[in-house]
Amino acid sequence: MDWQGQKLAEHLMQLLLACFAVVAFITGYVLGSFQMMILIYAAGVVLTSLLIVPNWPFFNRHSLNWLDPSEAEKHPKPHPAISGPKKNTTKK
Amino acid sequence: MHSFGYRANALLTFAITILAIMCAMASVSDNFNSLSPTSEVQVWNINWFRKKPDGDDEVSLTLNISANLESLFTWNTKQVFVFLAAEYGTPKNALNQVSLWDGIIPSKEHAKFSFHTTNKYRFIDQGSNLRGKNFNLTLHWHVMPKTGKMFADKIVMSGYRMLEAYR
Repeated sequence: MDWQGQKLAEHLMQLLLACFAVVAFITGYVLGSFQMMILIYAAGVVLTSLLIVPNWPFFNRHSLNWLDPSEAEKHPKPHPAISGPKKNTTKK
Repeated sequence: MHSFGYRANALLTFAITILAIMCAMASVSDNFNSLSPTSEVQVWNINWFRKKPDGDDEVSLTLNISANLESLFTWNTKQVFVFLAAEYGTPKNALNQVSLWDGIIPSKEHAKFSFHTTNKYRFIDQGSNLRGKNFNLTLHWHVMPKTGKMFADKIVMSGYRMLEAYR
């Protein structure tokens, strides 16, 4: 998954579970059936898990652009200085 | 949310938290229930009344118990435990409560009842104080919810009097 996909997955999960919880509670209260509330909510949890846990393609629309290898060679990685104990005042 | 396991964990945690909130709301909704239980108990017959060899009084009663506890049931009620206790004071104990009968009401359909029964548990005094004793018969109930706090209440019925002499 890419970053946008992860954000979508998280928002989708929160929205779906909250909606199913509200629907389940209202249905259970109106029908007077605790079991109905639990069943509707359990169905909601299963549906939500099917929707966001697997790595669906629509979560990967904004794929990450990794740096091209030829471009990477032009900017060599700085070598760490090998000398005795030294205070690092700048943080990498 | 970068991996399978991470997303599954986040989903389960969130789902269970919301389930806990729903159960709390269901328990709170019980407070909006208006209670109107009624009950009536008659002492149909005093079968026998004796003094045991160890000095304590014992009495056997036939009771006619009728009650309507339907208003105690909500969507969040699992069962109601109900028991009938005889209550009286003696010089030795300020309050004696002797349980005579109990039962479990599993659903609203069974909550309205009327029947005869002898006392399920023996009515034995701590001492020999029952002759001519005025006592109350109190119907206690405990409402056990599916989620949340159990609450208990009672109806006190007074005006009962034991026989003056053993029989």
